[in-house]
Amino acid sequence: MHNYLDDLEAQSIYIIREAYNRIHPLGMLWSIGKDSTAMLWLVRKAFFGKVPFPLILLDTGMEMDEVYAFRDKLTEDWDLPVINHMCPPEEEMDQTLPPATRAAMRKTEGLKTLLKEHQYKGIICGIRRDEQGLRAKERVFSPRANDGSWDFKDQPAEFWDQYKTETPEGAHMRVHPILHWTEVDIWRYMQRENIPICDLYFARDGKRYRSLGEKNITFPVDSTASNIEEIIAELETTKTSERAGRTMDKETEDSFEKLRTQGYM
Amino acid sequence: MAKKNNKNHQQLRVVIVGHVDHGKSTLIGRLLYDTDSLPDGKLEELEKASKRRGEEIEWSFVLDAFQAERDQAVTIDTTQIWFNTDAREYVIIDAPGHREFLKNMISGAAAADAAVLVVDAAEGVKEQTKRHAYMLHLLGLTQVAVVVNKMDLIGYDEQKFEAVSKDIKKYLGSIGLTPAFIVPISARNGDMIANRNDELAWYKGKNLIEVLDSFEISSPYTVHPLRFPVQDVYRFDNKKRIIVGRIETGVLNTGDELVFSPTNEKAIVTGIETWPKDEQRVSAKAGEVIGITLDQPIFVERGHIAAHKDTLPMLSNVFRANIFWLSHKPLKVGNTYTVRYGTSEARVTVQSIDNVIDTQDLGQEGAAHEVHRNEVAEITLRAKDLIPVDPYTDNMRTGRVVMYEGYDIAGGGAINMQGYPDQRTSGKPKSENIYAVSYLVDSDMRANRNGHYGGIFWFTGLSGAGKSTLAMAVEKELFDRGLNPYVLDGDNVRYGLNSDLGFSPEDRTENIRRVGEVAALQADSGLIVLTAFISPYQADRDRARKCKPQGFHEIYIKADVATCERRDPKGLYKKARKGEIKEFTGIDSPYESPVNPELVVDTETNDIETCVGQVVDYIIEHVKVEQSSRDPSETREKTFAIQ
Repeated sequence: MHNYLDDLEAQSIYIIREAYNRIHPLGMLWSIGKDSTAMLWLVRKAFFGKVPFPLILLDTGMEMDEVYAFRDKLTEDWDLPVINHMCPPEEEMDQTLPPATRAAMRKTEGLKTLLKEHQYKGIICGIRRDEQGLRAKERVFSPRANDGSWDFKDQPAEFWDQYKTETPEGAHMRVHPILHWTEVDIWRYMQRENIPICDLYFARDGKRYRSLGEKNITFPVDSTASNIEEIIAELETTKTSERAGRTMDKETEDSFEKLRTQGYM
Repeated sequence: MAKKNNKNHQQLRVVIVGHVDHGKSTLIGRLLYDTDSLPDGKLEELEKASKRRGEEIEWSFVLDAFQAERDQAVTIDTTQIWFNTDAREYVIIDAPGHREFLKNMISGAAAADAAVLVVDAAEGVKEQTKRHAYMLHLLGLTQVAVVVNKMDLIGYDEQKFEAVSKDIKKYLGSIGLTPAFIVPISARNGDMIANRNDELAWYKGKNLIEVLDSFEISSPYTVHPLRFPVQDVYRFDNKKRIIVGRIETGVLNTGDELVFSPTNEKAIVTGIETWPKDEQRVSAKAGEVIGITLDQPIFVERGHIAAHKDTLPMLSNVFRANIFWLSHKPLKVGNTYTVRYGTSEARVTVQSIDNVIDTQDLGQEGAAHEVHRNEVAEITLRAKDLIPVDPYTDNMRTGRVVMYEGYDIAGGGAINMQGYPDQRTSGKPKSENIYAVSYLVDSDMRANRNGHYGGIFWFTGLSGAGKSTLAMAVEKELFDRGLNPYVLDGDNVRYGLNSDLGFSPEDRTENIRRVGEVAALQADSGLIVLTAFISPYQADRDRARKCKPQGFHEIYIKADVATCERRDPKGLYKKARKGEIKEFTGIDSPYESPVNPELVVDTETNDIETCVGQVVDYIIEHVKVEQSSRDPSETREKTFAIQ
């Protein structure tokens, strides 16, 4: 039976295939969380089971143990082309930034060294518009300048499924295939497709992770949802924002904006 | 934020447009508040932020995630917001009203199912109100509601509301849009958004939420002919070849024979590929993203369009488009751009700017040399090769193009093929048992006997430009000088050889194809052939040239429409103006001036004797026999059927 998830899926697969056709070389960020894992499933659908570009974990060494374990299991089960890219240490970050923002900056800097090393022209990234006001403004194909920065004031026009697909020498394109999905869409899709997921998302002792980040800057939220069905039920009634457990968004009114304009995902 | 658990979770995408400061962002903030869709803490955050600024709650701050934006008090970019009513889920696309940001408005509005046009009750219809409405129309949006905002500022006055309603209805009507509803509201106070209130008791219609709930989600174009643009061709790990893409319109089944354009290659669908494997999958419809396998290893690549053989797209190297232009650099006649439509891409040159449209008074400003940023125009584009196209009126999915300038999207618009023929002709003989024979008499031998070579002198120009008059006079002059000329005239040929053809674009093309072939045979037999046909399409003339490339001379008989209409020797322009003749060249059917003619004869400024002399001199120069100077290899080998 036709379902709205089919429309979301079709749009995402179209975007993934478009990126694969038009941008070389191409890589995809896989944070092992629910969004990029759902996206990985879409990639496998798009290419009939194959993953034709590398999956990159920007590793700070600070991910939770369960995340590393889940990565290793899926990599083996699905025979995935994974690149584990180490981010520069926190001491090298701008020390004037608040602590959580500074920790998040490590990913931004890690991405810069990754791009330098591998010369990627395109990076597929699993952000969604409903996560955060800034991400709501994103384009599907979103160009980044040579220094990785995002010019949100002058974004390219994007309509009728036609995108800006080329960038000048040294710059790169961020591609966002699940930009139009919401948090609950992801869970409904996970459930329908039976996609494996890291069990940190399920409640233990009255708490669960709604969003996975590094252990020093991410905290679980109150919840009793212990399976996907209960998570969906919870999301259909909650009014707490998804990134409530992410301290870096909240330190100052514009901390996330500063992060993103400098190249954060 | 999905609050209500409705079953299908289908979302209606609604774009909110209108003049700057007429209250779009405030309306959105209020919609979220009234539908209980603000996340926890957002209201407090708003109150805090407003307090810090020493102002009352500013609903528009809900959307303003950017510091920079708040400082400028202008919404910078398209943003998307989710909310629910009891009936269903919604995505609001906020389209900023500042004139600079039309690009963002189009990026948002192009994806919407419905639109809300916000008009300030006190200010009424303003410049961007009209511009945005025009864009909605150009983008093909038909579900449009108008809200007359800030009713509180005009004391909820019914008469003033009616006056604004009348204005906006008049404008929308003139561009072919009918607003489904016009609702008086105050976004700031939440009047007539989700509730009804005493001050607006005189208004008996739906409130805004009820209006939104009455709109329909766009459904896929399954009843249209099949269009399956090839997005990519995969062959992973040397396994079978899979052709992937999205079905834009129609339905595709395994066992269907597909014809790919522009190549005309054919193959049968042997399977619809899925992962994980689904053997049951034998059919796919519009909106679905699929992979297929074919029974033949035909050449297929990205940009080719698969269709069923009875409902193919047109092939053309020229098309008109109604476009909006977004680039800072003006679009100019003679400039070359890349167009993309579906997965196809072509380089096109702007042949003409036929009309620039003033979105304020809908005035037709006529032909122009440039189209500037944020302007709307009708233009004619020419590609080097034949490309598959659908008129927008036939297919809203495939009948639209996006124009690129360098890396960036610079404009877009709807394809209009009125007056242009389908150029899909195989060019190959229908029978396969055809063998060329060689003549024992070559063109030099004929030239030595006749005293001149054969050739085709192809007159083209508007009706009334003087083609027939000149051709007859030139024929007489050449004949008197002892040469062998013959005129193929438009009307004469249509009495016999082409009596089965009318004046549709396709018939015109076939008419010219036959004339080209006959002229080539006559020229091969040694005659000086003069043809007098309007032959309005460059593509047709180019095809005629291919029948005899070495001896073909395109002669442009030049006079503009005004001059020809004044002469009107057959009274045809008068009939065309009255609408008694349809598709009359120069009136409601295009004439494409020769791009690179061998000779231009200006009948506007020169008298007939001068023109005749000019043509006669040109012909004699090009057919004369110079002792053993001609290369006999130019003889065209004609083919005859031996069955």
